[in-house]
Amino acid sequence: MFKRLFSLEWKSFFRSASLGKSIGLKILMGFLALYFTAAFLMFGIGLYPIIIEYFPGEEPIYLVNRLFLVWLVLELIYRFLLQNLPIMDIKPLMLLPIKKRKVVNFVLIKSLYSFFNFLPLLIIIPFGIFNIYKQTFSTGVIIAWMIAMIGLTLSVNYANFIIKKNFTDNIKALIPVVVSIAVIAILDYFKIFESSVWFGKGLNAILEFPLLALVPILIVIIFYKWNQKDLESKFYLDATLKDEVKDANTNEFLWTRRFGDIAPYLQLDLKMIWRNKRPKTTVYISILFLAYGLIFYGNDTYQEMPAFFIFVGIFITGIFMINFGQFIPAWDAGYYPLIMAQNIPLKKYLTAKAGLITFSVVVLAILSTPYLYYGWKIFLINIICAVYNIGVNIPILLYSGSFNRKKIDLDKSPFMNYQGMGATQWIVGLPLLLMPLLIFWIINKFISFESALTVLFVLGILGLILRNRAIGFIAQRYKRQKYAMIEGFKQSGE
Amino acid sequence: MITATNLTKVYNGTTVLNIEHLDIPTGQSMGLVGNNGAGKTTFFSILLDLIQPTTGNIFNHEITVSQNEEWKEFTSSFIDESFLIGYLTPEEYFYFIGDLRKQNKADVDALLLTFEDFFHDEILGKRKYLRDLSKGNQKKVGIVAALIGRPKVIILDEPFANLDPTTQIRLKKIIKDLTAQKETTILISSHDLIHITEVCERIVVLDKGDLVKDLMTSTATLDELETYFSKDLTLKEEV
Repeated sequence: MFKRLFSLEWKSFFRSASLGKSIGLKILMGFLALYFTAAFLMFGIGLYPIIIEYFPGEEPIYLVNRLFLVWLVLELIYRFLLQNLPIMDIKPLMLLPIKKRKVVNFVLIKSLYSFFNFLPLLIIIPFGIFNIYKQTFSTGVIIAWMIAMIGLTLSVNYANFIIKKNFTDNIKALIPVVVSIAVIAILDYFKIFESSVWFGKGLNAILEFPLLALVPILIVIIFYKWNQKDLESKFYLDATLKDEVKDANTNEFLWTRRFGDIAPYLQLDLKMIWRNKRPKTTVYISILFLAYGLIFYGNDTYQEMPAFFIFVGIFITGIFMINFGQFIPAWDAGYYPLIMAQNIPLKKYLTAKAGLITFSVVVLAILSTPYLYYGWKIFLINIICAVYNIGVNIPILLYSGSFNRKKIDLDKSPFMNYQGMGATQWIVGLPLLLMPLLIFWIINKFISFESALTVLFVLGILGLILRNRAIGFIAQRYKRQKYAMIEGFKQSGE
Repeated sequence: MITATNLTKVYNGTTVLNIEHLDIPTGQSMGLVGNNGAGKTTFFSILLDLIQPTTGNIFNHEITVSQNEEWKEFTSSFIDESFLIGYLTPEEYFYFIGDLRKQNKADVDALLLTFEDFFHDEILGKRKYLRDLSKGNQKKVGIVAALIGRPKVIILDEPFANLDPTTQIRLKKIIKDLTAQKETTILISSHDLIHITEVCERIVVLDKGDLVKDLMTSTATLDELETYFSKDLTLKEEV
């Protein structure tokens, strides 16, 4: 039975509509995976010698034990952000004569094959082998220690699912968890109560009494059973559908009325953003990215490279533009035939999108004014980048949108979500971010800072003046691509 | 007046639609019947310029649909759920479509009032998004939205499917009322021969893309259609 479930999974992967199309993305992911594998393996091999080198007199394994709690917390955080529940589409299996427990077990065991479980092995095993080689502890003891470490990582694997299931729909419920982790971390940092040390002592105990390695194994089993219970109790249609029906939010965005004939489209876009998970998260991310400047403005390394601040400026004022604009019109994929068959002139549709993004750039530019603290140059750069974004980058993004063929599921989280991603998204990044940087860099180098900014400013204003004509041209292109787009948006798939 | 000439659609060498000539005069209600794969939805999609014909053209009131968009102003349609916007409430959806068809809120409200019966108190004022409605209720919303703004041409793909019996009867009445005025051209496809012969003046039968029958509805039409669609069965029985 397990074999059959695996073959289903295999087919769903290789027969997915987008497999061939997203080969480029797969290759990129492959490279990333290779990179992380190599990085972790190097770290794993180098860990023992590094500790000997930089912490002379310390027994490496004790140091590792002491820091292990920190590692586990970090692991939990990145798993929470990146790792998805391995829930394959179990709905069709519900009617078939397969025992619930089997399906649940399959889903849970499948999660063990995750890349996230593979990475820690690359550290634990080489480090363990080093310890065995050094013979400070007997081979049996180290093997027990390795088992305990792997057990703890797997506990995090299953604990993450429990946390995710209970908290993803309700971010507010996460606050107490985050606060308590922060409190523990602070107490630890100020050496008031050093949880990591106590945790390390616990792990050291394994080295004395190897049988204690059974404790982490026990924890894994407990978390596994917990997940099993949880999933089994949710193995009903209404359990998964239940929390979906929320009371409708009926904010009408009536203030958009003043924008005349594009008002209906603006309203629709605003509703789309507020009522769906993925676009809504995009807004939050944009606000978070306002802080991006803090990393660079205060940093002395970048002071001699004003061109870099152009990049930051384009990014800060245009993050929503980039995140939202690159998937136009895929956001409307679910009802694209309606858009095409209804009395909606494409030009108006695109003008409304451009208007919405312009609004976001203006808002982000205003919100970025506190950067005046770092000097008027930074402030000026950001404002001019905003103008450039509005004038030049918006039309570029709208144009690139006509290459989009992939649907976006509005209700999925955007973290590590490559749905809707294609070559377009990667290619459009170049002119968007690099072109202004290049223009600025050349003029700044050969003429002056002021004239470089002026050129960007003039380009932005020029784009704004020509916007109407540009959108007319882009609308023509959308018209030509319309059949391919309708066809593409119909396909579901990651 | 809708005219299709020399219309074909070919997918990978398979012809899925092949109509040499079809005229639908203004004000006529035409029913499209045929088994799965007969080309009904393909025909509608070409008429709405959602897919490109391989050869030929459709003219909607003298406008070539694939070259000029002006037909959109007087044509409305409901093909499937991709014509609904899931994150809107039914009211918002109606007002949005109303906006597109130059109807203000009061116009839309007045129209909705006449569909109170049809909605059966399951659509309006429920504070639910369209995506959370049942399939049948979604269909009701889509059908009514297609009637907003007095369109000259209305296209409904299988409007009777998924509806409960009461609603089917009400829908028949709505369509009959519309056709009685002889101003609106209505194109409907259906698998239900009884319903379609009841509401349409003319029935066109498609089979694997070919136009095989074109009948003006009379008392004999239903029998003729039933005989036609059971011919495979009777043939087998004779053998």
